[in-house]
Amino acid sequence: MTVTYDTIVVGGGLVGTAIAYGLQKRGLSTLLLDEGDVAHRASRGNFGLVWVQSKGLGAPHYQRWTRGSADAWPGLAAELEGRTGLNLGLHQPGGLHICLSGEEFEQRIAYMERLQREAGNLGLEYRMLDHAETAAMLPGIGPAVVGASWTPYDGHASPLFLMRSLHSAFTEAGGIYRPNAGVSQGKAAPRDFAVEAEGETHRAPRIVLAAGLGNAALAPLFGLETPVRPQRGQILVTERARQLLPIPTTSIRQTDEGSLMIGDSKEEAGFDSVSQTPEIMQSMARRAVLTFPWIAELNIVRAWSALRVMAPDGLPIYDESSRFPGAFTANCHSGVTLAGAHADILAPMIITGALAPDLAPFSARRFHDVRSAA
Amino acid sequence: MFVQRPEARPATVEVFVEGLPVLLPEGASAAAAVLLAGLPAIRETPVKGSPRLPYCMMGICFDCLAEIDGVANRQACMVPVAPGMRIAPQRGARHARLEAEV
Amino acid sequence: MRRYDLAIVGAGPAGMAAAVEAASLGVSVLVVDEQLAPGGQVFRSVESAAGDPALAGEFLDAGGALARGFRAALGAGGGIEYSPRTTLWHVDLEAGVISVLRDRRSEEIAASRVLLATGAQERPVPIPGWTLPGVMGAGAAQILLKTAGAVPGGPLVLAGQGPLTWLLAVQLLRAGAGPITMLETGGKGALWDAFRAGGLWTGRRLLTKGVGLVREARRRGLRVVRSVRDLRAEGDGRVQRVRWAGGETACDMLLLHEGVIPTTHVTRALGLEHRWDEGQLCWRPVLDEWGATSHGLVAVAGDGGGIGGWEAAAATGRIAAIDAAWRLGRLPEDEATRRAAPHRQTLAAALALRPFLDRLYAPAPEVLAPSDDATIVCRCEEINAGQVRHAAKLGATGPNQAKAYLRAGMGPCQGRMCGTTVAALIAQERGISIAEAGALRPRAPFKPLTVGEMAGLPAEAE
Repeated sequence: MTVTYDTIVVGGGLVGTAIAYGLQKRGLSTLLLDEGDVAHRASRGNFGLVWVQSKGLGAPHYQRWTRGSADAWPGLAAELEGRTGLNLGLHQPGGLHICLSGEEFEQRIAYMERLQREAGNLGLEYRMLDHAETAAMLPGIGPAVVGASWTPYDGHASPLFLMRSLHSAFTEAGGIYRPNAGVSQGKAAPRDFAVEAEGETHRAPRIVLAAGLGNAALAPLFGLETPVRPQRGQILVTERARQLLPIPTTSIRQTDEGSLMIGDSKEEAGFDSVSQTPEIMQSMARRAVLTFPWIAELNIVRAWSALRVMAPDGLPIYDESSRFPGAFTANCHSGVTLAGAHADILAPMIITGALAPDLAPFSARRFHDVRSAA
Repeated sequence: MFVQRPEARPATVEVFVEGLPVLLPEGASAAAAVLLAGLPAIRETPVKGSPRLPYCMMGICFDCLAEIDGVANRQACMVPVAPGMRIAPQRGARHARLEAEV
Repeated sequence: MRRYDLAIVGAGPAGMAAAVEAASLGVSVLVVDEQLAPGGQVFRSVESAAGDPALAGEFLDAGGALARGFRAALGAGGGIEYSPRTTLWHVDLEAGVISVLRDRRSEEIAASRVLLATGAQERPVPIPGWTLPGVMGAGAAQILLKTAGAVPGGPLVLAGQGPLTWLLAVQLLRAGAGPITMLETGGKGALWDAFRAGGLWTGRRLLTKGVGLVREARRRGLRVVRSVRDLRAEGDGRVQRVRWAGGETACDMLLLHEGVIPTTHVTRALGLEHRWDEGQLCWRPVLDEWGATSHGLVAVAGDGGGIGGWEAAAATGRIAAIDAAWRLGRLPEDEATRRAAPHRQTLAAALALRPFLDRLYAPAPEVLAPSDDATIVCRCEEINAGQVRHAAKLGATGPNQAKAYLRAGMGPCQGRMCGTTVAALIAQERGISIAEAGALRPRAPFKPLTVGEMAGLPAEAE
């Protein structure tokens, strides 16, 4: 039996669901195919930052894309809360990147100067804060904190409630969500795509591949290329505590529930998302205690490791198939930060049938250019 | 609601539950002290403030979280009583203590 | 880093027996246990409870003998290091290193083999009102008796089923508690169904023990109501009465029990292979006849590998210890087989009655998946059955996705209490089996430790 839709989105994580929601709410009948209860699911391991500083050094298009998404976030959050009644816990009070040594601080100064230079006429407001200025913003920082960079654009939200509300809003807008429907095969022709899932054939003139690490194998079937690899990240989560942290930092934030999240590890560990290394957890915990000594007495109730979806240069890949027009792909490791862009900037482009020129630098063609240039 | 049987198990360790002295046998837990003191709750949940008393007494359910000797959110059923131990209910989410900073 | 041939986690019957057996075969053994003294939950505080007449019988006799044997082996300098009040929080399967927490300090210890003897937990019984103060597990009340000699003071309801309910009723009545009303939840006809499971002759000694308990409980004035359904606990700020279909009674305390299930938290966190046991309605790790799991480093003995009771636990502990000695090259294979033979006989005898008991005391579907939407399922995050059903409708096909949607299983107990209930509710809602819905995938740390403890920095002065 064959069912036809306007669009098929493969991948029910934050990226796929944000796009699917953006399509469905604009009137395209959309099928969202997802895996089951146990899958790599980078979305479940997202740290929850809506983050601008630290994104896009040497890639001004990425900086702009990130800023655009952070700007789109309040609208998305308000809309989703209105549709689903779920509070996404969005706060955008600005954010800090903490430096624990003079060397880190010097490097950060150079980093932020360059980021501002590359921002061009978009501009980038930031300040480097010394210890006393950082202490004025954040209570209880430790003596090891040399200083921090601050920008007004940063914030955080609950990745899990974002996920649930996107699923909810997508379904309530009439979208069809199919879990346990991993896709490994497909047929492609220009503006005519078919995939098999749960014994049914689904057809649509558009397909969006947002299957995270699964895209690497899936993309060639649709005339696309997504050379993504896993990068493991670990997160420690404490018990709930009374609210103390008014501003998120790159590696520590306090959720609406009161938990302190400690994150920001990066390991190359293949597809192993189950193992956790005590050394990494220990170094994350140490850094957290150096930053906020009062964190030491809080209990860690959960730890999590998940696999980021990384392209060779660490930037997102957005692409459209030239061989099979109508096939698109979206890949990134910032499913929360970029949710605003995915739902309300990228989805309209997919509807019109072509990515806007300012997304051209995100095409996987850039990897060939690098190789031929080398 | 729980009563002791000193004839079977002599109570020799004195602890203080919300300031009130309670005598228990050696090897009993801080959670047992709270039950024997007759407190209406050992904790109020951080989610909705619901009152709870220990449920499993074997380290599984975490409903016995209490403040023991000034340390918040300890699993009271896993902490044996010691002379002079101070036990207080955990009311909602704990406070992190900024003064611990130095 | 300290190094041992065999690290045993848990000092209950399985852990104690394994330690004694392994040490006798020249294996260096570390036993870590969360409690203050050996015994596990079944023989909790058996050494210090020796003078309590309410606990006379198997607890003091058999439990006492096991603990004495363990202490004797410790004292003999036979190569057992015993570390009480020590919590396992991580296992590095590839490196063969366990991380434990003792006295607020974390330590890594190398082990050539790891034997998890972490036992059982009571099956959660999510009825409306089960979070009210005054409602607790029957096993919890028994632990208070064993560790503190304490018993409930006022009118008491013991609701549920299983061998423990009768044992506990007898112990509490001997200790002067009461009056006690037992609300038996078993279905009519369960007995006839159970008879068909057989094993009654081989298990006649255990059966006789059970019949003796029932007689003693009745003699001591236990009131019994049979075939109870739709239990709920009610009260203002604490339990004041229990209602069921067709009846109600006032009470000061309600003790719930629907049997015990293996503690699979660590084995699941390690990604070991598990299967859903349709007979016992619980997850259990897949083990070979030596207790070896799907990973070459780890074995499981005792109730953590499937419910069998303390005699079976001790036998599997000894078998796993012999296997460890063989794997470490201390025993030839034929000698291992020969040594294991008597323990296999003990095991078979101890397990003979199990299918009968599993059928007789099979929990009702209602226990696995509460029908009242307002029933709290996740006690930590206060998520109810209706919310889980809604998440299943939204697309959660298993407990891991439901956890992401709802935070059910994200509190300090890490899903130990709600995981199976969430899976059962999803299974019911989506028309699939609990096995298909799957189990939560917990992660280290297996028990909470503080950020400071994990950092390995000195705890701040208080």
